[in-house]
Amino acid sequence: MEGLKVSDAELVVYLHPSKSNNASQAIFGELGSMLFKFNETFDGVLLAYSASTKNKLAKILPGLNPYFGVRLQARLLLFYPKPDMLLEGKVVKLGEQTIHIIVLGFSSATITEEDIREEFSYKVKHRKEVYASTIDKHHKIEIGTVIRFVVKSFDEETLHISGSLVPPHTGSVSWLDKPAEEASHTKKRKGYEMETDDSLSLKADNRMKKSKKSSSDSLR
Amino acid sequence: MGAVGDEHAEMEDISDSELSHHVREALKSVLLGDTDDYDHIVGNMHNNKRLGPDEVAMLVTILRGLSGAVSYIDVVHHRILLSSICNMSLWNYGPDVMDALIELVVALATSNGKYVDLCLDMLVCNFIPPINFLEILKQPRGLAKKDQILGRVHSALKGIADLVPLAPSRLEQIVRERVPSAHSKDAQIVVYVEAMLLLEGGDMGELVGNTMIFELMNRLIDLDVEIGWDEILLDDPNKGIFEMELEDMARSVNETEIDMEDEPVREYSGRKVLWGNVVAQKLDTLMVLAFDHLGSCFKSGRLVKVFETLLQSFQSTVLNAYKSKFAQFVMFYACSLDPEDCGTQFVSRLVEIFGSTVYPQDWRMSAVCYLASYLARAKFLSASYVTTVLESLVGWCYNYCENQIGYYVCTLLPFEIDSGHSSTQIPADEFLRQAKAAHLFRVSGNFAFNDLLESELSRAFGGFERLDLFFPFDPYLLRKSD
Repeated sequence: MEGLKVSDAELVVYLHPSKSNNASQAIFGELGSMLFKFNETFDGVLLAYSASTKNKLAKILPGLNPYFGVRLQARLLLFYPKPDMLLEGKVVKLGEQTIHIIVLGFSSATITEEDIREEFSYKVKHRKEVYASTIDKHHKIEIGTVIRFVVKSFDEETLHISGSLVPPHTGSVSWLDKPAEEASHTKKRKGYEMETDDSLSLKADNRMKKSKKSSSDSLR
Repeated sequence: MGAVGDEHAEMEDISDSELSHHVREALKSVLLGDTDDYDHIVGNMHNNKRLGPDEVAMLVTILRGLSGAVSYIDVVHHRILLSSICNMSLWNYGPDVMDALIELVVALATSNGKYVDLCLDMLVCNFIPPINFLEILKQPRGLAKKDQILGRVHSALKGIADLVPLAPSRLEQIVRERVPSAHSKDAQIVVYVEAMLLLEGGDMGELVGNTMIFELMNRLIDLDVEIGWDEILLDDPNKGIFEMELEDMARSVNETEIDMEDEPVREYSGRKVLWGNVVAQKLDTLMVLAFDHLGSCFKSGRLVKVFETLLQSFQSTVLNAYKSKFAQFVMFYACSLDPEDCGTQFVSRLVEIFGSTVYPQDWRMSAVCYLASYLARAKFLSASYVTTVLESLVGWCYNYCENQIGYYVCTLLPFEIDSGHSSTQIPADEFLRQAKAAHLFRVSGNFAFNDLLESELSRAFGGFERLDLFFPFDPYLLRKSD
């Protein structure tokens, strides 16, 4: 998945004098308050950090409240979705007009009807909503499916992503990541009738299950 | 939409997708300059007085159509529509319209990040019943409606939180901002606090619960400080204890003066008393709500967790509030429900505060007073536990007797040991004398210890020993508190 990067940064954190007896706690407090917010300087949403001080000394700022600045070396994990990037997220709600997705557990994303390619049609099967592909019936998007989509826009204030399933390399991750020979195998069967060899389809299902597992592991 | 309006009898025949299509066309045409259909939609939404069944059906249809077209709502061109949606109050409508409106608000909030705050705000505003509804709220049908609304709003908030994981943190903020002031009507504050406590105990409790508890304590303290001591005293002039108190009250007027006057100076006006009673009523109802909530927390096994937050909020609000009269009883009640965990936690925190050098002098003195009166009044604590605590306090005093705080504890301790844990009728004036010494000191600066003893007949101290005073005044709590 794109949109994640680790940055090395040299930061200066300014602390109020009352915090001088426990500076490290105050520093973590400051950095902690920046989590899950978009930061212009970092150009991304801070997801995680590790920081250490190079130097025991800190500079005191002149002024009414003598804040002191502590220099830090930090490694920052940043999320910086930009248009045309490919992201992955889990579907939490399906509707005729929108698909709601959650990315990395905190960022909400929506894909509206007009950004879902013609291939997918909305159906309600067995009381479950699903976007099924008209080309390959194994390609389904249901609640709980992890899908890959392209970023259209990212709202830095609310961390909301607007996405698109128009490009061909988007869709259900488990289907997209199937090994190449399986994909060609299913393509061959496209034109055939529904009565396929039971043992063959069973084997294919097992392999699909295995690849699903490995792809979801790699996401973590 | 104009065509649909004429044929309202055939509305059921129109499918949802056709409906959404109509609405989308209406919305799109605004950008092209044609606002007829759009105006028709908005006009219907302002109709809220005694809707007939046809009007209800029309409104429901429009709302459902909008739900399907949320992605076409533009924040600039459809500003009027957005403000109409946000101004619709669930209190004005029946269940059908309520459901449709809720569905629309959730769809709007989850469609795009920029509408989240707007929608959360609209939902939270529904925690406050409109003024014209307040009379109806006293009747059973009013209460039923209130439950309908609170239930729907909560499930809507949950629905939004499911799709927008960061929504609860925005919600916390908005709940804090929208809380009614102490000057609002009774029912408005009470319903709002009820809704807050529902949030605390609900699905989002883990995320927003702490803020709700803090906000509750803030409300209680805000109302508490609006009630003056003199207003309480005037309520029941026959109590013997009051005579001494009235003198003390006189002295409290001249806080900054070092020498005490003998003449009581009573400052009150009829209006002040009335206002005090009004505020007291609000506080009363809120205390009942708080007690009920703590009771249900205890039954569901959550009290210990909630108590942690309660203790923290007590520390930052009630502990350093000057003469809090009633708000601290929330702590007392929680401790009485669970003496082993909560009761002991309370004591250890108070001991920690007064023993630590980090906290300001005021807090430490306040902690001593609360500790002393708590130990004296909490019948649910075992005698052996109280003795252990007192022993450790004596040990502390032995080491720090030079210090003023040590002095207070020393003066309080003999009293504690004298009174014994089981006595109920403690000579309150003696006790008060000791406790007041602490407060006087805070205001007047450095005194020699001799003067302290003399100035003991100072202002009354708020705290648990006020239990004598408290019960007659507040019938609700008489029922509930220990």
